[in-house]
Order: sequence, then structure tokens, then C-alpha cells
Amino acid sequence: MDLVVEGVEKAFAGVANGARRTILGGVSFAAPAGSIVCVLGPSGCGKTTLLRIIAGLEAPDRGRVLVGEREVAGPQREIGYITQEPTLLPWRTVLHNVELGLEIAGLPGGERREIARHHLELVELSGFDDYYPKQISGGMKQKAALARSLAVGPRVLLLDEPFAALDSQTRNSLQEVLLHVQGCTRTTMVFVTHNVDEAVFLGDTVLCMTAHPAQVGRSVAVGVPHPRDRTGPELNALRKELLAFLAEERQKARAAEAVPRLGRGGRRDACTEWG
Amino acid sequence: MSGGPRSYRLLHLLPVVAVALLWEGLGAAGIVPENRLPPPSRVLGGLAELISRGLPPGSGLLGHCAASLRRVLGGVGAALAVAIPLGLLLGRSARLRSLAHPFVELTRPIPPLAWVPLAILWFGIGDLSAVFIIFLGAFFPILLNTIAGVLSIERGLVESAVLLGAGRRDLFLKVLAPGATPAIFTGVRIAVGVGWMTLVAAEFTGVKSGYGLGYMIMTARDIQRADQIVAGMLVIGLIGFAIDALIRAAEGRLLRWR
Repeated sequence: MDLVVEGVEKAFAGVANGARRTILGGVSFAAPAGSIVCVLGPSGCGKTTLLRIIAGLEAPDRGRVLVGEREVAGPQREIGYITQEPTLLPWRTVLHNVELGLEIAGLPGGERREIARHHLELVELSGFDDYYPKQISGGMKQKAALARSLAVGPRVLLLDEPFAALDSQTRNSLQEVLLHVQGCTRTTMVFVTHNVDEAVFLGDTVLCMTAHPAQVGRSVAVGVPHPRDRTGPELNALRKELLAFLAEERQKARAAEAVPRLGRGGRRDACTEWG
Repeated sequence: MSGGPRSYRLLHLLPVVAVALLWEGLGAAGIVPENRLPPPSRVLGGLAELISRGLPPGSGLLGHCAASLRRVLGGVGAALAVAIPLGLLLGRSARLRSLAHPFVELTRPIPPLAWVPLAILWFGIGDLSAVFIIFLGAFFPILLNTIAGVLSIERGLVESAVLLGAGRRDLFLKVLAPGATPAIFTGVRIAVGVGWMTLVAAEFTGVKSGYGLGYMIMTARDIQRADQIVAGMLVIGLIGFAIDALIRAAEGRLLRWR
């Protein structure tokens, strides 16, 4: 196992009333080396918090994260992290952005450039070395961010809805780039998304999160070899199963929220009241 | 600056020429008395005399400019050297920021010129006093803008560098300093303006070397030469304009990525 998440719990104090709210209620899963684990869940269910804890950017209240048998205590180069908004340094060109991690590692200039160029080629972003981030499209920025993370050779790559802000064509093409990259580097990936299509297309395993607090509700092994047919019967069957699960979760979340809203009079069905 | 065709930029000078002509006309018509506000032709004459004869005689205009520029650059340079690192540090650490807050906010409202007596007590009358006073005037705009610049850097940029293994040094040199540069430039432009203002007033109080634009203007007042007073003011304005243009050119070059 390259990555093991064990009983991770996290609560945050609310801004307004200071009451603590449990976001992660004991999340556990493991990612075998070289696999893609997709974490699927409704927005706001704590997926980002989970990734930030795995990345070492935040500490869990309880539980632990192991990367290659070692417990994660803070940010480290073994773990790459890609966010929805690309975090390229705007004052660096594409090539210099990809070189950042190598520069920090103290590699000499020539070697840096060679590794950076290689990874830009890997993500299919050649010929834009000297462009500034503001001069390239959102999809290209994400490719550059991907190349930057991969250039330092992380063991685990975390991706937090990396393609959510892109149009569907670009998203599809970047998904294929990601699979190609993964085929070459065998980097273990944890890919967070709210998009069922994306999860079944990319994942070896899809973890469905429950909401409030977030736990792994169901773990589905995809078991369809690549290249996958987006509209084929296998993925469609999986999609159906996952969508049903998500709908059920939404229902539960709504029911749980309805209690305080309707006051003391007990739970009444909102539909019968207004219908 | 994009700087369009030359003819377009010349077009921008037209209103300036028009105002000068109007001013000249008002003087010639006797509406504005020449001994109060001399017309441009007299000012230019005074300027020529400042260059050829000097004021006091023998102290040429170039010497005055050089002395003043030296003081401003010294003071602003010292302010840059102290305020930028300090600002980066304070921008990064909320704890240091709250520690520094009372000191900054108590010192900042004191006009730099209020330090003149103390400066003279410490450094005597001379360049060092002037540099010190200009330093005080230039320090706070740079400091506060640097802090604001660091605070404006998105958290994601800092975190991504940390995830790539950046230590404190890398973080300051590769993320915080470049990220704060646009704001630092704003601070520097304000600081140079304040430095220039502070300089002339500081020179009014006296200089030892006998050189300095403020000193030259006060000498012109002593001998009732309004034309040379205005000429000295014009020189100050032109140098300030040139410095600002230089800073903007550097800004355009360094901040191409924006």
C-alpha cells in the first residue's frame, strides 16, 4: 500500500457561533501503489479537508495518514497536490514554474531544464516554455501544474477537482492525459471529484463519501481495463449505481437538515406541507 | 509604457505649451505682476543664469542637483534596504505584525520634519541628517506596501511551494518577494515622492556643504529673485518627473508577467 488513511477525524469551529462541527467522521481507505482512487461526494462534504490532511497541510484531530509506511506530519515532497485553481506562480514562465520544485531541491540549471521539458512533453504541453500563466488557457495551466508536481517525482499525487473549472471537451482530453501520465509514471493518485462520469472513467476504485460527517459510504472497484469506453455498458452500470447512492445521500442530508428547520413540532414531511 | 507614435506623445505636450503661453501673456499684459510670479521667459532666463553663474555665484545648478539627488537616493536606498526585508517578515507572521503594530503606528504619524532637531543633535547639520530624515519619510510607505503585498499573495501559491519542499529561505526569495513586488513598486514611488518633499524642506533648515536645491531656492529668496525661485521649483519638478518615469520603466520591465 502506498497510501493508508486510518480513521481520520476533523472538526472545525464555526465562524459565527463557535460550535464545533465534525467534517470528517473517521475516514479510512488505502490506495495500492500505482492505482487511482477517486473520491466521489457532494460539494462541501469535506473532500478538500481530507486531501489537505493527507498532504500534511492540516493535522487530523484523530487518526493518521501513512505514505509508504511513514506517517505524514507535514508537507513533504513525496506528496504532490493539485488544486482546482492552478497555483502556478504568475511571475514565472511555464518552464520556470515546472522547474520550481527542482530548483528548491538544488538541482543545477541544465538538469532542471531537461527534467522540466520532459514532464511538459509528458503532459502534452510543449512549445509554451516561455509563456506566462496569464497567457495560456485554464487547461494548459492545469497541465503545467501537473508537470510541476510530477517533476519532483512524488509517490502520491493528490488532485482536488482539478478539471472542474474546465469545459467538458478540455476536461475529457485532460482526463486522457492524466491516464497517459499515470501509465508512464505509475504514480499513486487520489482524485477528488463530484463528477460521477469522471470518477468511473479514471478510477481503479471509487470511494463514495457520505455527507455530514464525511465517511467512506461505499467503495466500488471499477475493474474495467483501460482504454475505457465512456458510453459503454460497464461504465453506465457503474454510473447508475453511484448516482443512486449519491441521490440517497442527498435525501438523507435533506432529512437531517429538516429537523431543526421545522422546529419542535417534530418531523413533518416538507412535501406534504407545501404540496 | 506602451508609448505610442512620437507624434501622439508630442500631442500631449500641447496643453503644457498652451498653459505656458497663457501664463506668459498674463505677465506681459500686466495682470500677474512679474515680481510675484515671473513669466516663463524670465524663469528660463533665471534657469540659464543658475546654470552659467550659479547661486550663490560659483555654486552651479548641477552641483545643487547632485547634492540633493545624493541625499534622496541615500535616504530612499536605506529605507528600501530596511523596509523590504522587514515588510516581508511582518507580512508573513501575524504574531510579529501585532508586536510591531504599536511601534509602527506611533512613529508613522510623526512628520519626518519633526525629527529635524533630533537629527541635528545626533548627526549635526549635514548630509547624514538629511539622509536620516528622508529615510524616515520613505520608510513607512515601503514598509506598509510590502506588508500589504505579502498579504495579497494567494495562500495556494505559498502552499504549493511548501509542498514542493520550499523552506523559509526559498519561500521568501521565490514566492513572497516576487509576489509582493507590484505593491513594493507602489511603495517606492510614494517613498521617492515623500523623500523629495522631505529633502527640500530639510535643506531649507540649512546645509553645511553649500549645495542642495532647497538651499539654492532659499538663497534666491534672500536676494529677492522670484525667477530663480520658480526656476529651482521647476528643476525639482522635472527631476521628480524623470525619477518617476524611470521607476515606471523598471516596473514595466520587471512586471511583464502581470
